[in-house]
Amino acid sequence: MAHYAMVIDTKLCIGCCDCVVACKTENKVPEGLNRDWVVEATQGTYPNLKTEFRSERCNHCSHATCVYMCPTGASHHWNGTNIVLVDPNKCTGCKACIAACPYDARLIMHPGGYIDKCTFCHHRVEKGLDPACVSTCPTHCMHFGLLDDPSSNVSELLRTREHKVLAPETGNEPNVYYLI
Amino acid sequence: MGAGAVVSPLLLGGCSAHPLPGEGKVSRTPTYCDMCFWKCAAFVEQENGQAWKVTGNDTDLHSEGRLCTRGTGGLGSYEDRDRLKKPLLRVTGADGRQTFREVSWEEALDFVAKRLQSIAADYGPDRTALLNHGSGANHFKHLMRAYGSGSNAEPAFAQCRGPRDVGFELTFGEGLGSPERTDMEHSRCIVLIGSHIGENLHNGQVQTLAAAMRRDATLITVDPRFSVPAGKSKYWLPIEPGTDIALLLAWMHVLIDENLYDKDYIERYATGFDQLAEHVARYSPEWVYLETGIEPRLIRTTAREMAASAPATLVHPGRHTVWYGDDTQRSRAIAILNALLGSWGHKGGLYIKESVQLPKYPLPDYPKPKTTFRTAHGDRYPFANEGVSNALIEASIGPDAHYKGWLVYGTNLPMTIPGIRPQLKAAMDSLELVVVVDTMPMEITGYADVVLPECTYLERYDDLRNAGERHPSLALRMPAFEPRFDSKPGWWIAKQLGQRLGLDKYFPWEDYAEVIDWQLKQVGSSLEEMKKTGIKNFPRTRPRYFSPGQAVHFYTPSGKIELYSQQLADKGFDPMPEYTRPEQPPEGFYRLNYGRMPAHTFGKTTNNPLLFQLAPENTLWVNPLVANEKGLTNGEYVRLANPDGIVSNRIRVRVTERIRPDSVFMAHGFGHRSRRLHLTHEVGADDSELMTNVKVDPLMGGTGMRGNFVTIVKETV
Repeated sequence: MAHYAMVIDTKLCIGCCDCVVACKTENKVPEGLNRDWVVEATQGTYPNLKTEFRSERCNHCSHATCVYMCPTGASHHWNGTNIVLVDPNKCTGCKACIAACPYDARLIMHPGGYIDKCTFCHHRVEKGLDPACVSTCPTHCMHFGLLDDPSSNVSELLRTREHKVLAPETGNEPNVYYLI
Repeated sequence: MGAGAVVSPLLLGGCSAHPLPGEGKVSRTPTYCDMCFWKCAAFVEQENGQAWKVTGNDTDLHSEGRLCTRGTGGLGSYEDRDRLKKPLLRVTGADGRQTFREVSWEEALDFVAKRLQSIAADYGPDRTALLNHGSGANHFKHLMRAYGSGSNAEPAFAQCRGPRDVGFELTFGEGLGSPERTDMEHSRCIVLIGSHIGENLHNGQVQTLAAAMRRDATLITVDPRFSVPAGKSKYWLPIEPGTDIALLLAWMHVLIDENLYDKDYIERYATGFDQLAEHVARYSPEWVYLETGIEPRLIRTTAREMAASAPATLVHPGRHTVWYGDDTQRSRAIAILNALLGSWGHKGGLYIKESVQLPKYPLPDYPKPKTTFRTAHGDRYPFANEGVSNALIEASIGPDAHYKGWLVYGTNLPMTIPGIRPQLKAAMDSLELVVVVDTMPMEITGYADVVLPECTYLERYDDLRNAGERHPSLALRMPAFEPRFDSKPGWWIAKQLGQRLGLDKYFPWEDYAEVIDWQLKQVGSSLEEMKKTGIKNFPRTRPRYFSPGQAVHFYTPSGKIELYSQQLADKGFDPMPEYTRPEQPPEGFYRLNYGRMPAHTFGKTTNNPLLFQLAPENTLWVNPLVANEKGLTNGEYVRLANPDGIVSNRIRVRVTERIRPDSVFMAHGFGHRSRRLHLTHEVGADDSELMTNVKVDPLMGGTGMRGNFVTIVKETV
């Protein structure tokens, strides 16, 4: 299967939230809701400090608890890939997926009456484009590609750079990686 | 699309997710962005006739095809329900109460033209001034010069980058301009002094700094606050506020003392080295440590890092440089340090700019104005080569004031110039005419006799973008949408006023597109071509850097880089930068530190409905020690009071280690008082109204803003 990953370089990220606005406009995300967001984490005491910025979103987990927990089959892996989508026509808004998601990456509630979330911009991926957030980032800190292609940019970065994922202990096998 | 009838799924939501984005009929229109002054080329995309998104133009080398947060949020400025919709005229009711009445364009324009004519008859047209900001201002600069005014001032000079450009002009004979001529993508070492690139989202600056970081350039950041770039730096120097000149002199001291400066470059291009060496001899790292708090070892190490990468070392000139009133001298120190490193004219330092040789549309010469902005300066500010906005405002107060009328374009003066509100009020009472042209009901509109609603950049033609930079290029701004409400493009407003003033010969076009098409045809393109591409890149005609050993004439009186400035000495100023200790906060007061946030451009975008969602209000950064002592908790509202009794609007506390215990920090641009800005009205606090301790730079009139102190006042629940 096609195994998509996003790799985000926290050394370059400045926390500008361009990714958030690009997602909102590209995907026509309703007012007051976001599919992605930026976390700032500062450690230490002045003047011995360290700040990390992370652009976060759905991790499009290979073992997605949200997909397993969805009672209607609305949450699903798209076309045999690891991209997790919600079918608005099947979603009843029961929120089981929200309880199941370790990343709190789902939106309550799209005005259309369903749970909304990041799609990795699969409508762009189909056309060979990067997700909107990746394509707009002014620091080029975000990368997108196929992990099952060893020559891809994301494979190369994960081979050569120290990295982490969020909440690896869940066993969800998340696919958003952070270079540290 | 009918004006005023636009309903966007962007803001209202709805069941828009079922068809995937972009499945409908998509069209795109080129523009260059006006969300800030960086002017990145973009495409405005519509789907099924509805506004969809704004994205970067891939062929634009100026922005590398990527927009920043604000550029991406540009549609919000078009969608904003609070936009100015109709011309407004100030009227006084029977009870003496002044209000605005919505009037027709005909009535508003006739009123303005009649007043301008009476000012011209009674005093002369030169007794008017244009205060402006932004790319759309060109239409009004043209109008005012055709009318006979020689006074124009942009707060971008005396409230922002003036000291920097003057400091570099005094040293190298040229300023930095916009975009800055920094060659960061090739730098091996970058020094940022109080410049928080990444928090200010000047697109090309952010992108080239990020490019340098990807190539492992050494980053040195000098900032009392743990800014975003401080967190990315190999060396962060948490300096005592206001002691930057001491550090700069110490770095020069080390470069000269350890023979690390570029001797060949200095011998070939510079004058005054011996005086400089003698001058900096006393600024040893040990002495400077006592002022700056930066350890001597660290001062030496960082100086050696700079020298090791020279000339591909950039000591960044910054942009907002009005800090302590000795700012031109601090910028001189930065310029001199760059000279010692040989970075001016060299790869990785400061490159040679080039723009497109674009002919001007043929028009008659302007009349020669009887007076210019220099009249307002008097014998002050001898090195101000542009109008000083605060001086022009002062020269508009009282019955004998020089200025009798203003045209204000795209600049919200009450929040732009520190502590200016009392003078603005007095000027408004004295002036016979104040016209404000804007897209939004900013505070400045409340001071106007007439408000003229301009449409946004997404609904109009403006001049071609043609800035001096790395790669010469032209970019087109054209309307993506019909103007909403009863707003009009700036070029149309200027032409209408011009016609009423009998200046038809300066406005021979029916539509400004004719001017753009004529210009494009002179350089082998056309409006038709540019409507498709948005961008036309041109090859450079001269090198970007000096060649080895090249003879260079600098535009200074000596023709050389002036380390020692005779020009300054002749006018009674220090010929080389001197350090003076900054004023310390009184007991119980904190330094008011301020800056930018990436989601907003000053106060211009805080009401933008897309960007408002990202960053609805500013916060007051306080150190945990201060929070503990004052009993402040994260998220609670406080107010700030300054020693002159000015109390701010309320602002939420953000407890963070990223700020020193003797300082507080907030982003500029919040705390709007205009009730017509429904989203941002009274949200957050405004730093500029707290700045009543302004240190004016005697060289060029810049208003130093960093010497202000505040106490924290807890809100009673």
